[in-house]
Amino acid sequence: MSSGLKQRFADQIKAMFGTEPRKDFEIAPAAKEIHFFKKNNRDFIAEKLHARAHAEHKNTWRNRRWAVLILANLLFVVSFYFDIQMLEGALTASRFVGFHLIDLNSALQVMLAHKHIITNLLIGTGTVLVLWVIFGGRTFCSWVCPYHLLAEWAEKIHLFLAKKKLVTDQPVDRRLRTVFWIVFAVLALVTGYTVFEAISPTGILSRALIYGPGLALLWVLALLIFEVFFVRRAWCRYACPIGLTYGVVGIISPLRIKYTLEGCFHEGDCRKVCLVPHVLDTVIKGRAVDTEVAIGPDCTRCGLCVDTCPTGSLKFDVKGLSKLM
Amino acid sequence: MSDEEVKVGAGETAQATPKPAGKPPLSKERKQQARRRVLRTILLTGGVLGAAVSGWLPLAYAQKKRLRPPGALDEKDFLSSCIKCGQCVQVCPVQAIKLADLVDGFGVGTPFIDARAQACDFSCDAVQCILACPTGSLTYHKPDFLAVRPGAKMASKPVLLAKENDPEPTLNLAERIGVARLTRPESCLAIQGKGFKGQARGAAFGGELRYMKVDRWKPIKVADHPYDTELCDLCVQACPIKGAISIETVFAPDGSQRKSPVVHESCVGCGVCEMICPTEPASIEIIPGEGWRA
Repeated sequence: MSSGLKQRFADQIKAMFGTEPRKDFEIAPAAKEIHFFKKNNRDFIAEKLHARAHAEHKNTWRNRRWAVLILANLLFVVSFYFDIQMLEGALTASRFVGFHLIDLNSALQVMLAHKHIITNLLIGTGTVLVLWVIFGGRTFCSWVCPYHLLAEWAEKIHLFLAKKKLVTDQPVDRRLRTVFWIVFAVLALVTGYTVFEAISPTGILSRALIYGPGLALLWVLALLIFEVFFVRRAWCRYACPIGLTYGVVGIISPLRIKYTLEGCFHEGDCRKVCLVPHVLDTVIKGRAVDTEVAIGPDCTRCGLCVDTCPTGSLKFDVKGLSKLM
Repeated sequence: MSDEEVKVGAGETAQATPKPAGKPPLSKERKQQARRRVLRTILLTGGVLGAAVSGWLPLAYAQKKRLRPPGALDEKDFLSSCIKCGQCVQVCPVQAIKLADLVDGFGVGTPFIDARAQACDFSCDAVQCILACPTGSLTYHKPDFLAVRPGAKMASKPVLLAKENDPEPTLNLAERIGVARLTRPESCLAIQGKGFKGQARGAAFGGELRYMKVDRWKPIKVADHPYDTELCDLCVQACPIKGAISIETVFAPDGSQRKSPVVHESCVGCGVCEMICPTEPASIEIIPGEGWRA
């Protein structure tokens, strides 16, 4: 790994906790060459732009992701409704054909509040940890969390209204999520109540799907309305501590999005669809520190950028797999 | 995306001293944007924390304690350890366990039993909800560092009547979840010397109970099992625990004799007596979290 890549890796972890990404990394010679080439080949870029204009928009990864998300949540529902005991419980804690699965953030809240850890809790947390190390940390957010799907639909409404100039996105300080994570951890530890669990839209929605709706859905509705009219994707971007917990897991995960500098012509469509655009700072003209750059841990691996990219410069990648094959 | 370059927040004053690279001073518009963003951040912080912390209010103003499933830790510990997954709900053969809603504040998503609607009749034989619980909120063995409520400890493991002839007839329960009390003796049919004939809770009642004489394994609707007794003893007939309740001769303050249901030490607080009681409202009720008092 070049020194620029190393610096960027560390900087992206910091960016996950809320800092703005740095711009002054050391750029590898090969990447410098490409940056320079692009600067001096206007015809070449014009040609690419033309090709881009004819590129069709795909929803491949989005459709796959929605299918997985809906199936995963449906499996909980079906499992209980027909009593087939395949996936018992809710997203906070469950058993998949008998194996304990426990949401990392819920487990953390319970451990901090109760200050006593039983074996089953530990086993379930371990299983889920291994699962999301393999599949990429925040992959949980975009591929499993039911709130993510609702928020995505709310985002569509928000973007439609924004286009009509009826609303504007009002960004919030990204450090807030880290603050919330700490505040809710401290609240659990000090009060002995799992305070966050009471307002977690993930838990509320999962239970509503499985055990039937309740008044708690009003809180989810309030969040969605806030996101439609004021702050685009407010909960997932600036508030949810679950995202940060899984983001930390994603630091060591081999599954991520990989950016290839050469074909990219820096239009930034990927950043427009991204839930966490700070992970895609590398696609900005002249920023890429190397010819290939791995996207940081805050990425939810939702694949919207992969679908959007007309040049195939953003792709799913498993670290080391290409070397093995 | 130009907004991203605007830095705001408390940490900013410390960085205000010019760096060697030298940040250009912010324009008036940028400054205003930054200020608005701080305000929005405060708004979102307040909204989320306000919603979260308001979950405490229902606990503070709770009128009535919830009856928790068997093996539940004491209320405070129960609320800290429950992960709100509902696995206990899924294994209960009579669907006695329900999940609390928003009005329970921090208790949202935690399991409880509404005994009058559907009590725990131990149809599962082995307290399945305890087996299902992944966090130890429902437990056979309470960790040593947790105190036991006065009167909660059972003198001996309760014998389940359904398993009375098995090699292991007991329920593995060390503590009771509540105690049955004759809260409305004036309406109790036994005390009035009356019998009872018909469906205990009417034809529309959906609650289920396991009747050993009907089916050892499958609970049936209470409405499908009419009673006919000279002197009402439905609570005693229905009670799944050996020796937890009986009809005894008692003396009223004026010296007259009469019959009355009497709750004994082996009561675990399952709530079957409350469910089956044919008077409206029930003459006998479970006091959740209550200990045994001789």
